[in-house]
Amino acid sequence: MHSAIEGIGLAPYLSIGAILLVLGVFGIFVNRKNVIIILMSIELILLSANINFVAFSAATGDLSGQVMTLFVLTIAAAESAIGLAIVTVYFRNRGSIEVDDITMMKG
Amino acid sequence: MMTQIVFYVFAAVLVLSATMVVCARNPVHSVLFLILAFFNAAGLFLIAGAEFLAMTLVIVYVGAVAVLFLFVVMMLDVNFARMREGVQRYAPIGGMVGGVLLVELIMAFTHWRVASNIDQIGHLVPSSPTRTNTAALGDVLYTHYIFLFQSCALVLLVAMIGAIVLTLRDRPTGRRQNIDRQHDRTAADSLEMLQVPLGVGVAAQGGFLRPHTSYDVAAVPGTYGTQAWREQETEEETQTALVVIAPATGTKGQDNA
Repeated sequence: MHSAIEGIGLAPYLSIGAILLVLGVFGIFVNRKNVIIILMSIELILLSANINFVAFSAATGDLSGQVMTLFVLTIAAAESAIGLAIVTVYFRNRGSIEVDDITMMKG
Repeated sequence: MMTQIVFYVFAAVLVLSATMVVCARNPVHSVLFLILAFFNAAGLFLIAGAEFLAMTLVIVYVGAVAVLFLFVVMMLDVNFARMREGVQRYAPIGGMVGGVLLVELIMAFTHWRVASNIDQIGHLVPSSPTRTNTAALGDVLYTHYIFLFQSCALVLLVAMIGAIVLTLRDRPTGRRQNIDRQHDRTAADSLEMLQVPLGVGVAAQGGFLRPHTSYDVAAVPGTYGTQAWREQETEEETQTALVVIAPATGTKGQDNA
């Protein structure tokens, strides 16, 4: 493996990715009241995926991983734009952004 | 050695700021820590040799997404104190799920190894030391991945249209072009030829003559036309609008009543 991360190795990058993923999932479960922080936790999870992609791309000397990271970035930006728009409309209609209150779609 | 020190500094700050994103009391602080986390992730990308992605992360995330978050957090008049109420209640569940996930990841991580023939597989797009990262990415992105690239553009377009349609509010005071009314308008509606007596001016005709119905649009809203006409106009707008949003009442749970 001729690698751009020769001095560091793959393992620290993957550990950082794993820690970020766990933190993001923890954030989703803990912040049950605030949709905006849940959206930020999703951004953290996507960032951990990006770090894994870039680390493997550097470790194997293949650029495909970085291209995939670019696409993940695009999807994350679109997702947060739509999510924040929904939050704004919901707050305008209901005066609250608490997840526990969002039961309108319950059958 | 220097690279390792820089890496671990970036990594430590990244993990700490990600923790603060989740745990901060004030959502504004959360967004600011998110920005710090993205900066440090960009540092990690730089160390891995992905310069273009590092700069993209800074520009797209710090410049656009995080600022969008900041706008929304500051725009919504949310009671921040109430936001924190359930944290103690949900922390055990979150900790449990996070712990299980972490243990699973560690188990996967310890039993993981690189395939022995990783060097023999043909790389679709090998990174070359002579070409810069940005140029190499460009070579790949516009050839091998052109369809994915264009569908990404479509995704962004749909997201843009969706965000606009969702948040567009029909303001009753807004003045917009009404094509039908423009086309219905004739010269007789807006123009009147007068014989003005010499030396007297239009004062003899009762001052400036206003066109019959169509002129006071630019005046105070709600004074234009007859009441019946205004109601009909509102009705038309309501029926043709993409999203009709009822006026916010601020009361909660009204749908469940």
